[in-house]
Amino acid sequence: MSNQIVQGILLGGYYALIACGLSFMFSVMRIINLAHGSLAVFSAYALWWLASRFHISPFVGLLIVLPLMAAIGWVLQRFLLERSARGGALLPILTTFGLAIVIDNALFEQFGADTRSLAPYIGSLSYDSWEWPGSIYVGKLAVIMFAAAVVMLGGLQLFLTRTRLGRSIRATSEDPDTAGLVGVDARRASALAAAIAMVTVGLAGAFLGMRATFDPYTGAPQLLFAFEAAVIGGAGSLWGTLLGGIVLALAQTLGAQVHPQGFLIGGHVAFLIVLFIRLSTSGLGLRGLVRLPARKTT
Amino acid sequence: MSLLAVENLVVRHGLLQAVRGVSFSIERGETLALVGANGAGKTTLLRAIAGAHQPTAGRVLLDGADITGVPSHKRVGMGVALVPEGRKLFVQMTVEENLLLGKTAGRPGDWSVERVLDTFPNLKPRRHAKTGHLSGGEQQATAIGRALMSNPELLLLDEVSLGLSPLVVDRVYASLQGLISSGTTIILVEQDLNRALSVSDKVICMLEGRVALEGPSKGMSRDEVTKAYFGLHRKSAGSVPA
Repeated sequence: MSNQIVQGILLGGYYALIACGLSFMFSVMRIINLAHGSLAVFSAYALWWLASRFHISPFVGLLIVLPLMAAIGWVLQRFLLERSARGGALLPILTTFGLAIVIDNALFEQFGADTRSLAPYIGSLSYDSWEWPGSIYVGKLAVIMFAAAVVMLGGLQLFLTRTRLGRSIRATSEDPDTAGLVGVDARRASALAAAIAMVTVGLAGAFLGMRATFDPYTGAPQLLFAFEAAVIGGAGSLWGTLLGGIVLALAQTLGAQVHPQGFLIGGHVAFLIVLFIRLSTSGLGLRGLVRLPARKTT
Repeated sequence: MSLLAVENLVVRHGLLQAVRGVSFSIERGETLALVGANGAGKTTLLRAIAGAHQPTAGRVLLDGADITGVPSHKRVGMGVALVPEGRKLFVQMTVEENLLLGKTAGRPGDWSVERVLDTFPNLKPRRHAKTGHLSGGEQQATAIGRALMSNPELLLLDEVSLGLSPLVVDRVYASLQGLISSGTTIILVEQDLNRALSVSDKVICMLEGRVALEGPSKGMSRDEVTKAYFGLHRKSAGSVPA
């Protein structure tokens, strides 16, 4: 049993990685990015293309792909999300839903339906493991992923609380109008936040490709996991996201113990239980589901 | 040359014309008081000067340069800072973080967190408290301090006494007096007529989006301002029911 718990916690690191960008974008820009999973898969394909075509190790490839993802985030915010956000809270959801369809099918057209993986390009790392006391074997990749999640969430937390740019981003997320009045360029802060969110998505895509296989339509399940982890952890809270990822992964592992097919069900059940507890204790009922903090536009 | 000049400014909220062709100017070091009833357009005028609200017509000139199209965050860098009505602090952030945000524009000057805390000693023990948990007076001090952190040449104060007890208002104005005597140019909106007349060099009374009365505060009688405030000056006294 302790083995399952350890593996579950480590898997939670991956979920935290993929949920981090979704949660960050929601908390800072009030945008639920439904193209989140597809963008992660896009990053995985970019790394795979660099590796298979130019023999660039995926870890080195990140040096190219992460800046690219940051640029994509900036452009998306400036030219798509910022405009659609002016049309209300619902429009960005529809826009990113459409974007997900475009990305999925563009990847399908370019790379076909074959299942790919980055595992062949990272040597023995994909199956190597360490033996921990109590004859528990933990995958090296799983440990790296967990460490990456902790470093990334901790780094983001420090960035948001300790740096001038981080404060600007937080101020913009609280009140963009007043942020402008104290000298913060709210448009720039939002675009920067989107760029940061996309860097985390790029990293999550890399680990997705290394730990498993992917095809052009892998984005939707990744979005679902990210969404569940973010909601369990409380959307907008960075350390909560790590906790949410761990809870989701533990529930899935437990589900798989109960029944071989119980992996996904376990996660969904945990998600629904947390959701219903939240709704019943918040006193908002079902309206709490869509409790998007209204922005003043005076 | 005047530090700030506003020429025929028209500002709308959708269909409502809140400011209708206002012109005035203010010299460096002057203090201008804006008075007027609720809805006269004072707040909208200040927000248009700060760049938070784009005017439909007219010009805003700072030191002779046209800044009408300049967004608010750049105007802070040019030395225009607004203390907004209702304070508008970032309530999830601490006093110190709110003050530091005021420095974003990076104008050189001698305002620092320490100096703000010296000016408003009531903030000292609250430095690391979230501003959502502060009293009204502490919040107002933080809001003024945040604006000062940008080292403004022109400070716009929108109803700094709103929602504060008379005692706290006295304290806030005592700290403002220091600023006024140090030569900062100030435009302030104030509902208390006596206070507005006593701290300012010049007073403008607005009525329904227009300037109803303008003149030096010294020698301006309360009666004159009251008449302009209610729009009594436009008609002959006889036509207005007493």
